[in-house]
Amino acid sequence: MKRRNFIRLFVITALVAGVAASVAFAEDKPITLLNVSYDPTRELYQEVNQAFITHWKEKTGQDLIINQSHGGSGKQARAILDGLDADVATLALAYDVDQLFDRQRLISKDWQSKLPDNSAPYTSTIVFLVRKGNPKGIKDWDDLVKPGIAVITPNPKTSGGARWNYLAAWGYALKKSNGDESKAKEFVTGLFKNVSVLDTGARGSTTTFVERGLGDVLLAWENEAFLAIHEIGKDRFEIIVPSVSILAEPPVTVVDKVAKKHGAAEIAKAYLEFLYTDEGQEIIAKHYFRPRSEAILKKYADKYPPIPLFTIDELFDGWQKAQAKHFSDGGVFDEIYQAK
Amino acid sequence: MRVKQYSVLPGFGLTLGFTLVYLVLVALIPLSMLFFKTATMSWADFWQTMTSARTLAAFRLSFGASFVSALINAVFGLLVAWVLVRYDLPFKKIIDAFVDLPFALPTAVAGICLTAIYAPNGWIGKYLEPLGIKTAFSPLGITIALTFIGLPFVVRTVEPVLQDLDAEIEEAALSLGANRWQTFSRVIFPTLFPALLTGSAMAFARALGEYGSVVFISGNMPFKTEILPLIIMTKLEQYDYAGATAIASVMLVISFILLLLINTLHAWSRKFQEV
Repeated sequence: MKRRNFIRLFVITALVAGVAASVAFAEDKPITLLNVSYDPTRELYQEVNQAFITHWKEKTGQDLIINQSHGGSGKQARAILDGLDADVATLALAYDVDQLFDRQRLISKDWQSKLPDNSAPYTSTIVFLVRKGNPKGIKDWDDLVKPGIAVITPNPKTSGGARWNYLAAWGYALKKSNGDESKAKEFVTGLFKNVSVLDTGARGSTTTFVERGLGDVLLAWENEAFLAIHEIGKDRFEIIVPSVSILAEPPVTVVDKVAKKHGAAEIAKAYLEFLYTDEGQEIIAKHYFRPRSEAILKKYADKYPPIPLFTIDELFDGWQKAQAKHFSDGGVFDEIYQAK
Repeated sequence: MRVKQYSVLPGFGLTLGFTLVYLVLVALIPLSMLFFKTATMSWADFWQTMTSARTLAAFRLSFGASFVSALINAVFGLLVAWVLVRYDLPFKKIIDAFVDLPFALPTAVAGICLTAIYAPNGWIGKYLEPLGIKTAFSPLGITIALTFIGLPFVVRTVEPVLQDLDAEIEEAALSLGANRWQTFSRVIFPTLFPALLTGSAMAFARALGEYGSVVFISGNMPFKTEILPLIIMTKLEQYDYAGATAIASVMLVISFILLLLINTLHAWSRKFQEV
């Protein structure tokens, strides 16, 4: 008797659970979007998401839930390739987004031309963070290779941000020597001779510089440098803007295959386009990224001084080539360390 | 061959089947992926990946630092276990719980804490720096991190064996005329040795695969402080899955051989003891 009771109880529970589950699924669920991004954009997208949810509700009456995932840029791209259901990818460099086409055709080859400005609604650049008062008198790239200057930058092999740092230095030397590659290599070799710690990520390097007190100068994204100053104190660090630097363009894209599967392709597109609106650009400027809109950039001119900037396409013929030449195994970066 | 033996509890077939399925699902299938991915490489590529100077340097560092840290843990873990079992201390339960902390702490947090302490401006680092001892951002720092995460293994494997070892045995040895050293080396140590070996082997294996805590304290300089898991990460960052899994499988094979050797040694020492 007891056993029969038990079985009955089991069957009833299973039925109830099944019905409850089907009711839950049948309900009109708000649409969810997943934005897979890299590390320093966490606060930026938190605010963008809120603004876009309100915007979308006003426009269409639909409720939206936007989830964010953050991590190293390369790691995030691999997660998408491994099946993370990202509707949009907002990564640190085009090379990582390219992989979504190269390896699995999740996006189309011409993804970068689908949105304005190389699909990069915000930009940044590489600047120097030095200790208050600039005790070592660091003013420009040439000061970084002087003996006795300790430079902190993450490892370009593991960090997307570090690759921008490296290419900024290379580009500077290339421009200065009128395109002499060997001079550029010499300069970058000298720079890395002054590096004693290669953290795996940009945040790690910031910690090493700020908390551990190592190094005289930190090569950092402008947004990271601003964040460090605002979070840790204006009285301890200052930003030095070099004479020339690189235009860092973190690209965004709809992951077509995934978004289509979710029936969210349209919303995903609208979400990214929202970044280019005045409202989106304002939020971007507030979170220390350089807005694309000339008008809004002008409004924040004291925060973002104009620097002559070169692009990856101008000097390195795009990310694919830069990656293959400098950062793949046996590439120029490895040679710098082999030679030691 | 008769596998089935008499047991008071029924269900041998079922449990054996379950064990096999469980092991295959949890361990064998994921691990076999390593070898499948590696197999997409040609021998020449494989050889080149393995013998590149940078990978070899990382192999030396990873195995060397893991070995040294396992050795340190073998000595001091034994000491800790001894004190915890044989002496009555105030707050013993709390001290005992401290041993497990390295297990519970996320390794990245451990790495950041250790780096904060051993960096040139840290609590300990600032006293070592003037002496010319570089701890953080050197192989020494890596060894410290690996020792930290390996500590519980030795203590927790040796502790129960020590608890079973009655103090009377030592007294008996003493009354039969053994001196202190003889009591330790002839009576206590042989009993503890198998457990000590297992504990150290686990600490070694754990240290070999450790990534989270080490990358913060190591400084990651090519040829100097790059550990193997970091090399694997750099390969993945280049979407070189085959290269990454190739190094991982070689690591795994070497670890497997080492653990097998240790287990054999273990079995041998037990046999030796029974005689």
